[in-house]
Amino acid sequence: MDFMTIIQILDSTMRLATPLLLACLAGLFSERAGIFDIGLEGKMLAAAFVSAAVAAVSGSVWVGLLAGMGASIFLSLLHGLASITFRGDQLISGVAINFLAAGLTVVIGQSWFQIGGRTPSLSGDGRFLPINWPFAEALSETPVIGGIYSELISGHTILVYVSLLIVPLSWYVLFRTRFGLRLRAVGENPAAVDTAGVSVIRLRYSAVIICGVLCGLAGAYLATGLAAGFVKEMTAGRGFIALAALIFAKWRPWHALYACLLFGFLEAIGNRFQSIEIIGISVPVQFMQALPYILTVVILAGFVGKAVPPRAGGQPYVKER
Amino acid sequence: MTLMTKILGAAATLALSATVSVAEPAVIYDLGGKFDKSFNESAFNGAQRWADETGGTFRDIELQSEAQREQAIRRFAEAGFNPVVTTGFAMSSALGTVAADFPDTTFVTIDGYVPDAPNVLIVSFAEHEGSYLVGMMAAMASESNTVSFIGGMDIPLIRRFACGYAQGAKAVSGDINVVSNMTGTTPTAWNDPVKGSELTRAQIAQGSDVVYAAAGGTGIGVLQTAADEGILSIGVDSNQNPMHPGKVLTSMLKRVDNAVYAVLSAGDDAKGGFQSLSLADGGVDFAMDENNASLVSAEMQTAVEAAKAQIIAGELSVHNYTDDDSCPALNF
Repeated sequence: MDFMTIIQILDSTMRLATPLLLACLAGLFSERAGIFDIGLEGKMLAAAFVSAAVAAVSGSVWVGLLAGMGASIFLSLLHGLASITFRGDQLISGVAINFLAAGLTVVIGQSWFQIGGRTPSLSGDGRFLPINWPFAEALSETPVIGGIYSELISGHTILVYVSLLIVPLSWYVLFRTRFGLRLRAVGENPAAVDTAGVSVIRLRYSAVIICGVLCGLAGAYLATGLAAGFVKEMTAGRGFIALAALIFAKWRPWHALYACLLFGFLEAIGNRFQSIEIIGISVPVQFMQALPYILTVVILAGFVGKAVPPRAGGQPYVKER
Repeated sequence: MTLMTKILGAAATLALSATVSVAEPAVIYDLGGKFDKSFNESAFNGAQRWADETGGTFRDIELQSEAQREQAIRRFAEAGFNPVVTTGFAMSSALGTVAADFPDTTFVTIDGYVPDAPNVLIVSFAEHEGSYLVGMMAAMASESNTVSFIGGMDIPLIRRFACGYAQGAKAVSGDINVVSNMTGTTPTAWNDPVKGSELTRAQIAQGSDVVYAAAGGTGIGVLQTAADEGILSIGVDSNQNPMHPGKVLTSMLKRVDNAVYAVLSAGDDAKGGFQSLSLADGGVDFAMDENNASLVSAEMQTAVEAAKAQIIAGELSVHNYTDDDSCPALNF
């Protein structure tokens, strides 16, 4: 394995980790405020569809991105309505959102475009194109630094850089602002927050809206950054991997970054070395493809230690009467 | 609203057809939809050609959900349509159930498999032969002497594509490196363009400059990335050359239209059984049009046409993976 191969795998890691990271941070905000969200997958899917459809029709990926975020926020509010206002079961509401998105995207897509639930292929301004950093071409011949700079750092779409910036931003918002303190408190002990005269309902709604925005980014990145159009069920379980990463990261932003990079890295390895030979024994493809999932189980079961979710997570808040 | 009209329309079509006394054929398209630019559209084209040439009429329905499979087949059979043509392997189990209840109706499954049903015609294609030809073209177009394959779900049918492709490539250049990847082992592998794209990049990194995708919706990501990264790609099932003009070397055609045309032409005489459509029957082929004319050299075309003639004449035999679950040219 030469240096270039390592760089290419890390480059692939960045691309694959980005949707996971955005979805993971989305879940982080929601769950820190006490709203469990297994509807990340559905929200990403809806955002992927709407962003690709609107970008295809309008020809502008930015309009598509906004529309995708809108769709995702809409589903978030639905989740909020069911689980905050009507105090329903958060898991059931999340499952419902997943089903809703999986079905609606295909039916609406078929009705709009008549190409089997897909959207037309995006081109030009309809998709996020890689951004080449200054001097990337010129430096690409330089040993080591050139490879790292031109392949690994340069040449991603803008959403990759945005997602990396959101990590410190999330950390700052959650741990250094008053809003963040209250948000975390509402996930641990909503009664205390309520006693202090802060609205639990409003805090929780803002958390699910932030969750919607981030899921929207994740979905739009899938459909308009990584691929060039929507294909049914294209999220392919990434929302659930993001949830695993969230538990793995114990609901902390920086750890979420590391967890998602690890999952992205494992997937990149699985893609690159489908049939690998180790000391004369060939490892079957199926094993390489299952590796991310096997490691998830191993890591979650053995190495993370105790992952304690926010204490009030999953419980609707009932004001004392 | 439009959706509602559609459902009502479909229901009305089925209700109306109950009064038809002469046996008309019916076609049921799988979830991909009638105008999917691929498999199902090909079936529609065949039926339409039959209708144009004979002046006959046929009924068809596009499935909107999994649950409609059995319902649609049953309604057509009850209404007296004959033969009832279904596309896609996903129809197999629903078809098996209904076929047993209507022994006098002939059902057709394209790509599916329904065992022990005397009134079901199972149509399969010699994908290995078509893949062999595009494999030859890939090897001739490759400058790096490395070509690659991306399959959808890892099933024997897709391995048949891969194996034919590798044999074709190795027939041109004995020492060529054929990189083969499968997207996954679950049905999500058919619809993961993001993973298709990453696999393509990984194959490019391993030196491949022609990639053949037999992966359904995942293939869209493969063709896109190949076009973005400036390598050639090969489409599948229907002519996908126009998706990225000048970037798609060719497409391995599966002539579902010919199969549907033949069945509808037989009409009431269509009988159950097995039908394998090979290169000789015009069941598989490679696509040439104005989009790839500049990519395919005269030399390339001569060589492929010669191989095609040899396969048809029986002088050249392409190993079929599903015969013995092994491939001489490729390790899975």
